[in-house]
Amino acid sequence: MNSLKARLLVIAAMVIASAWALFPRTVEDRFQRDGVMVDTTYTRIPLKYGLDLRGGMHLALEIDESQQQVADVNDALERALRVIRSRIDEFGVAEPIVQRVGDRRIEVELPGIDDRERAIAVVQRSAYLRFQITDRTQALERVAPRLDQIAKARGLDVATGTSTGDSAQSSTLGGIFQTPTDSAAGDSATAPSDGPFRRYIAPGSLPGQYYVAQADVRRIERLLADSAIRNALPPGKVVRWGADSVSISTQWYRPLYVLDNRDIITGEYLVDAKPEQDPMEGAKVTFQLNNEGGRRFRNETGRNIGNNMAIVLDDKVMSAPVIQGAIGTRGQITMGGRDIQPAQDLALVLRAGALPVPLTVVETRTIGASLGADAIQAGIYSGIAAVLIVIVIMVGYYRFSGFLAVVGLFFYTMITLAILATFDATLTLPGIAGFVLSIGMAVDANFLVFERIREELDGGKSIRMAIDEGFDHAWSAIVDTHVTTALTAAILYQFGDGPVRGFAVTLLAGIIASLASAIFFVRTLYYVWLSQKKQAPTTLSI
Amino acid sequence: MFRILHNTSFDFVRQWRLALITVVVFVVPAIVLIPISGFNYSIEFTGGTELRLLFPQAPDVADVRASIADAGLGEAEITTFGSPNEIRIRAQDKAQVEQQASGATNVADQIETALRARYGAEGFTRLGSEAIGPRVGEELRRNAIIATLIAFGLTLIYISWRFEWRFAVAAILGTLHDTLATMVFIKYLNIEISLFVVGGILTVIGYSMNDTVVVFDRIRENLRLNRKKPLRDTINASVNETLPRTIMTGTTTLGALIAMIFLGGEVIRPFALILTFGIVVGTFSSIWVAAPLVLWIERKYPRETDATPHSRVPATRA
Repeated sequence: MNSLKARLLVIAAMVIASAWALFPRTVEDRFQRDGVMVDTTYTRIPLKYGLDLRGGMHLALEIDESQQQVADVNDALERALRVIRSRIDEFGVAEPIVQRVGDRRIEVELPGIDDRERAIAVVQRSAYLRFQITDRTQALERVAPRLDQIAKARGLDVATGTSTGDSAQSSTLGGIFQTPTDSAAGDSATAPSDGPFRRYIAPGSLPGQYYVAQADVRRIERLLADSAIRNALPPGKVVRWGADSVSISTQWYRPLYVLDNRDIITGEYLVDAKPEQDPMEGAKVTFQLNNEGGRRFRNETGRNIGNNMAIVLDDKVMSAPVIQGAIGTRGQITMGGRDIQPAQDLALVLRAGALPVPLTVVETRTIGASLGADAIQAGIYSGIAAVLIVIVIMVGYYRFSGFLAVVGLFFYTMITLAILATFDATLTLPGIAGFVLSIGMAVDANFLVFERIREELDGGKSIRMAIDEGFDHAWSAIVDTHVTTALTAAILYQFGDGPVRGFAVTLLAGIIASLASAIFFVRTLYYVWLSQKKQAPTTLSI
Repeated sequence: MFRILHNTSFDFVRQWRLALITVVVFVVPAIVLIPISGFNYSIEFTGGTELRLLFPQAPDVADVRASIADAGLGEAEITTFGSPNEIRIRAQDKAQVEQQASGATNVADQIETALRARYGAEGFTRLGSEAIGPRVGEELRRNAIIATLIAFGLTLIYISWRFEWRFAVAAILGTLHDTLATMVFIKYLNIEISLFVVGGILTVIGYSMNDTVVVFDRIRENLRLNRKKPLRDTINASVNETLPRTIMTGTTTLGALIAMIFLGGEVIRPFALILTFGIVVGTFSSIWVAAPLVLWIERKYPRETDATPHSRVPATRA
């Protein structure tokens, strides 16, 4: 019975692996709550619903060459991707998808959004790049008490929002940050209870940089949106958010920058930017300005040596390197370190601002949320009905063996879902159809085996022999049918778009699971049944 | 044990003329009709705009059409979708598609504006919309054709490798029969060809092949067991032996599909309809088309030696 033990071990391993793949995971996402972006972690089963099931918007964009030829399409697409990705925040959706499709198309999926006009406008807008000097006069620290006063007077401090539990949590976070372990560029945080500005904004690691705990970002954004507070901000300064959140001791913070409200230069003067790996200095970005830009830049950087220069794309600060010396037409930004990736990203940002890519919308698709809900319901109903039909036919016709096959179907379902989760596939409506269809395939394999076992029994074989021969002889037909269907599914995947691809993916996953279930799992169930018997059984319910 | 169609011995090969019925009803019209009148393509393939709107009460379709025409938007196809309250508006004539491609103004929004003016801001809700440029459509159509051809090619190669070329040709012809029949079925029911429907056709190809392979697998095995028996008898025996499985699988899959037709909703329904037809015709063709074809091809192009009638091509040739 060693082989039975080995089989059971394999099955146990498969069950554990599937359970692991399907176990709810913590995912981190950025989405908008009450008009403000937040980074949130939440726990969910790792299966995503496609747009057709949860509603949302699909956009396909192509580089527009009707006005002028685009020299390097590949680079243009990369730039456009970078810009669109950084802008997706404006929609505030969880799990947006922005990806290249083919060699000249970008696909954007925004779950839960159906404002097409705005989506197109935001995505198509060309990128605006500017360099600004970060504030080193501690202007924000100086005006913070005044801002807090205004906030209090206008009742903005307490009546911050819809959730009160949120505020209790965030004030403790602010408290943690106030212990001056970080490079304290100011002492704004010494009087924690005085007002929101002093309580929730902590100095960052650069001059003019501050950190706001992720939970408080919404509060601060709302304050900054208030007209009275805007008027009281230090004159000649501008407040901008950083593009990406940073993690400090397990807590996420969003950088906030105070910058001189004067562009020392804008993207229109930038000619090119490249990432480089220097053996001495590590990764760096070199960029080139045109002559006029070079003149202006030399002046400005000469006056600002030692200051930080914020690189601002679409009003978000991408990075803020220190100015080491006067820079003319050719400059470089040293990133340090061996990793070229940050330098590549920054070069992409610079190029994106310098050479905007004209994009045309070639495809839009919006699916209302109610349509998605209807689709899910219909899918679930038809799925349940299909499974019931299969169970009735199976158990009705093959009795005990049919029951084993039904147990196999549950195993099959688990494996299919686990494969889908592992490959991060999206569950779409056609996907559900593919799933139902692959149940048909799995069941077909059972029929092939059972009919064969019956024939072997007719031929006078013993139960054990008939089972073995049944599986062995059905094997070639099962493999051939699965392979031919898998070929079709693979082609569908390769050439299909959105919905068809969802169908192909579930079908492929189902084919693999079907082989595991109908051939291996059900056969093991038979062996378990045989091993329970004291003596060789004389009848088999099939 | 309870059994259906056990130990049957129908002479299926003799009934090959049955196949003439499907050939006359489905395959010949396919070859004649499709090139003449073509299909009703979804906007995914033609480019254009589609809107799905939900009204509180069933709107007068003529009135909706008039409102759109008044706004100078030209021809639009208006149909109810599922319930009478839900309508689908499609603008896919050339001018509109071109307007879409230029991206200047969005046809969907123009239509919506025109209808809001007629029915009021709260008069209906937009359930969904789709707008596709003409180039995307062309690309999709090309991809669909390439996909089908490659699917055929690969299965031909696979079956030639697993069986031998006579079987592969018979399987491909049988599947071609099913594909054409399915296309005509689509035409008869005036089902619109969407990406999803193309997926359905390819699935029918897969299933039909599947079913044929099971029968052929048995023929291959029986040839190996009994080399003296005439091929004709072997084929008949094989079809009869696999009959219970053929019927059980067909019934079960049909059951699942019928559930999808009734419960799966408007989007899945055409797909499920096509598969239902495809499975019936696919089962039919494995028995009455593909199997007799093997015999026919064998007679035209007999194997060289009788001693090894079963193995793969290179083996027989060697």
